[in-house]
Amino acid sequence: MLKQIMQIDRRIIFILVALAVIIPTLLKVSFPITISEPTRKLYDYIEDLPSGSTVLIAFDYGPSSMAELQPMGTAFLRHCFQKKIRVIGMTLVTEGATLGYETMQEAAKTTGAIDGVDYVYLGFRPGTIQVMLGMGTTINNIFESDYKEKPLAEIPMMEGIKNYDQIDLILDLASSSTTEAWITYINTRYNQKIAAGVTGVIISQMYPYLQTEQLIGLMSGLLGAAEYETLIETPAKATKRMSVQSFVHLLVFGLVILGNVAFFIQKRENENV
Amino acid sequence: MEKLIGVWIAAFLTLCIYSFLYRDNPFYRFAEHLFVGISVGYGIVLSIHQGLIPLAWTPFWQAITQWPPGWGLTKLIPIAIGLLFFARLIPNYAWLIRYPIAILMGIGSGLAIPNVMQADIFRQVHGTLVPFSQIHAGTLSGSEIFGAILMLIGVISTLTYFFFSVEHRGVVGGVSKVGIIFLMIGFGSAFGNTVMGRVSLLIQRVEFLLQDWLHLI
Repeated sequence: MLKQIMQIDRRIIFILVALAVIIPTLLKVSFPITISEPTRKLYDYIEDLPSGSTVLIAFDYGPSSMAELQPMGTAFLRHCFQKKIRVIGMTLVTEGATLGYETMQEAAKTTGAIDGVDYVYLGFRPGTIQVMLGMGTTINNIFESDYKEKPLAEIPMMEGIKNYDQIDLILDLASSSTTEAWITYINTRYNQKIAAGVTGVIISQMYPYLQTEQLIGLMSGLLGAAEYETLIETPAKATKRMSVQSFVHLLVFGLVILGNVAFFIQKRENENV
Repeated sequence: MEKLIGVWIAAFLTLCIYSFLYRDNPFYRFAEHLFVGISVGYGIVLSIHQGLIPLAWTPFWQAITQWPPGWGLTKLIPIAIGLLFFARLIPNYAWLIRYPIAILMGIGSGLAIPNVMQADIFRQVHGTLVPFSQIHAGTLSGSEIFGAILMLIGVISTLTYFFFSVEHRGVVGGVSKVGIIFLMIGFGSAFGNTVMGRVSLLIQRVEFLLQDWLHLI
């Protein structure tokens, strides 16, 4: 029996994981979400901003990370639009250009936000660090027009917004090292407030910046998105997915324990022989 | 109709990718190659339209067609330096590529070194030590004091583990073993978060298949 457990075909584990996702998805199971401190800090920061403030959101991710980061973006944008906070969207990643545009459109549609008045989507410019630093001097020099090629000078919302001095927060939704670049170059150089929403894979690298307040808030993967949805009292995709996630975690937890117990029992038996 | 076709293509490609879990097969390789090709093609086109045309071609054209010539001509200098990258393609002039590379490395290092030192070293050391001044001032709770001490032990023991100028025996060996425990906890946390991230992708694809493709939910 132990030998069979130790030599189990990995495809059986794949089937178990698939069932742990499919069954709760079909049954629409839901679990309560507990709010973590880093997500609450971001929410509180936005809550404390007066209406008419401006935040910049960078959609620095591609399709392979949209499962985690798109719900974060949608929840955050809804919160901003409901609070009448103006939003500038952009991306430093080629694949992020369309995803960012879609996310802003979706959030705007549900809250009645108007393009050019409540939000502007600038799209993509190549050069990562040069783009970040260039925007510190004049945004208009880097993005002469928005995503739909309308000159920034003709967009009412951009009136009076010249550089980071007029931006109250930058939120980076990231699946790679862009958050570290925003912190290193923009927080350090311009003392700009930065927050991040990142994938589970890179979240561990972000906590040191939270402790030093180089990040004022942090959303951690799908859980962070579900927490933000709970905070704005609009449970959506992330809340649903997080409930399903709990079943897979239980399965992985069980498999790790089973594998370790089998390993140690077998090791002891081999030693006794 | 367009949406329906899109959903069916996406569902087919999703199943192609997940077929790899059974074993490597032509359907998986087709989907993988298609993804790589489309990503690269999309990236190149976007870089041309959002980068090359507005940042190089338009200023270049304005500079050479403007009469009388003005300050626009200065924009030809960075464009010319950028073009030196293509010197690599001409063996006799390949050495010219050193100039744009030297400029990029100089600017990159000049920007990175002070900012990285500030963000990743000075601020982190400051963040580790500041709670101790707060302990002295009596503004921290018991759990916060415990956290600050634990953080300091973790930082020192982990750094000791990576300090190879002294043999890891005696006190140094003991401290570096504590460092290993902190490292293992860190790796465990990273693994747990990675599992969460990967499972999130699976959940999204399953949700797509069940909702948009099969209409079961």
